[in-house]
Amino acid sequence: MTATDVSSGAAQRRSGHYLYAASVALLCAWVLVPLYFLLINTLSSPDTVNSFPKPFIPEFDWGSLEFFAGYEGMLKALKNSVVVAVLTMIMSIAVGAPAGYALSRFEFRGKGLFRMLVLLTRAFPLPLLALPLAVMFIRTGLDDTAIGLALVHTTLAIPFAVLITFSLFSGIPIELEEAAWTLGCTRFTAFTKVVLPLILPGIAASAIFAFVISWNEVFAAAVLTIENRTLTAFLLAKLGEAPLHLKFAGGFILVVPALVFIFAVRKYLFAMWGIANR
Amino acid sequence: MAEIQIKGVAKSFGSYTALHDINLTIQDQEFVVLLGASGCGKTTLLRIVAGLETATTGEVWIGGKRVDHLPPKDRGIAMVFQNYAVFPHLTVFENIGFGLRMKKLPNDEVKRRVERTAGLMHIEQLLGRYSGELSGGQRQRVAVARALAMEPDVILMDEPLSNLDALLRMEMRAELKGVLAESNTTAIYVTHDQVEAMSMADRISVMHQGRIVQAASPIEVYRNPAAEFVAGFIGNPPMNFLPATPQGGGRWAVAGQVLDGPQTPKALKFAIRPEDLRLADHGLQAVAKVIEPLGAHLLVTCDVNGALFRAVLDSDLSVKPGDTLTLAPQSDRIRWFDPETTRAVA
Repeated sequence: MTATDVSSGAAQRRSGHYLYAASVALLCAWVLVPLYFLLINTLSSPDTVNSFPKPFIPEFDWGSLEFFAGYEGMLKALKNSVVVAVLTMIMSIAVGAPAGYALSRFEFRGKGLFRMLVLLTRAFPLPLLALPLAVMFIRTGLDDTAIGLALVHTTLAIPFAVLITFSLFSGIPIELEEAAWTLGCTRFTAFTKVVLPLILPGIAASAIFAFVISWNEVFAAAVLTIENRTLTAFLLAKLGEAPLHLKFAGGFILVVPALVFIFAVRKYLFAMWGIANR
Repeated sequence: MAEIQIKGVAKSFGSYTALHDINLTIQDQEFVVLLGASGCGKTTLLRIVAGLETATTGEVWIGGKRVDHLPPKDRGIAMVFQNYAVFPHLTVFENIGFGLRMKKLPNDEVKRRVERTAGLMHIEQLLGRYSGELSGGQRQRVAVARALAMEPDVILMDEPLSNLDALLRMEMRAELKGVLAESNTTAIYVTHDQVEAMSMADRISVMHQGRIVQAASPIEVYRNPAAEFVAGFIGNPPMNFLPATPQGGGRWAVAGQVLDGPQTPKALKFAIRPEDLRLADHGLQAVAKVIEPLGAHLLVTCDVNGALFRAVLDSDLSVKPGDTLTLAPQSDRIRWFDPETTRAVA
């Protein structure tokens, strides 16, 4: 190999490196720039938001947020969102974690099929289900209630709850449980004393993920509630009439918890995808 | 006081039979090793005794009580696992004390017993640590201490040393034997390592394809293997086999040599351990193929009448590949096997 070969190889490597860095920067900007504008406009006074040109640095004026909080029905919608998300979180863990445990610990007929069916619940578009669901909910009296909407959100969150907990339980060697059994535990106490402490952070992550799914969901919420709208459904309904600064503030309030939570549990989400790819 | 009786235990996984009609009685305070190659059913048998696996048929009795329908916690056993199974979220102290806390013993009793067993296993200085901060050998010690702290009637060990490196394994072997002898418990120890089995066991139970082929003292298993499998499995290098043809009157022709043997008209196999061969004027004609100096001895792999044959000879001997050696088997060490049943013939 001659000296020119070496230098051209190095140049090629360097240009590849630049391309890589540029792609990363572009992707980050794609996500971060809109979020930044959202932040600026939320933390500016209503007048600034509606004027032009807009500043690139937030004014740290709470006017928009105050307007948001004072807007008729907004706080109630926020409360509804929290209630539905918490209910979703509880129900999806209550159902999903035992299913994940069963998948990782027991051999049973149709296990592979079951795993696939769990995922398949996400294969049906929600609009397809929304109308029959609305009819059924009206008949059973579940329409326009937090619990009814939480049930729908739970079905959306369960596949993730099952897969995340399945991968977590699979990461705990069965010998730990067996050792506990030989040391005086029943199946139940072995679970509470050995498995649960090890799995708790993962369960929390899976719960938070369910919370975020419910928090962000808009379609079912818009169809199935009228009086008790969640924040997403409420904002959607007011999209036409609300002033610009309300939209920015509402968007910001919606994005922040989801963003913070997803960031907090990212490690566990990667674990889930690792299993799903196998 | 705990005698273990295994009566007619069989285990099938679907159409595959892992254990066929196992019968074994283990005396109180006896140290029995289940020895066999992987897949022979030894771990399955141990897990059935522990209650982690259910036998398809048969009964398990511990200390005069039938236990095969009881959960592990009610059997009076403690178990040491191959991968140690030290709880990662608890300190060494809490690991060793785990079973005692489950028994709801008072705090000072837990502390006394944990400290005593930790002392026994030389891990007093590690009591505050977590599993992640321990080496493999230390985790092993914690696992054994945790089992001993229970003061069980029976201690079950599933290849406890197989994950340790060779030097540590030798050290732990001797230590474990000493500790267990003092604890007066009945022990079942599963291993595929014949050196471990020979050096630790009161009795070795050799398993093959889901059956116990021989259960006897280590020396008996070594000197008088009950079946060809045992002869070939135990001993390193294993026993040599040669076909033998009957000459009548208890005389047998083996590779051109005539030897005394059992009175039977059937064809048999002649067997001799490599170290029971001497260089002599009369004997089997062996052509040396490979010579491996092992320090104390010389392992010579030869060809006798087309069959593979090994001899362990004095290391002072000078042999080259291609040399013909005359090897005389020590007559009281010769064994005979029936090639049809593979059992030993007296």
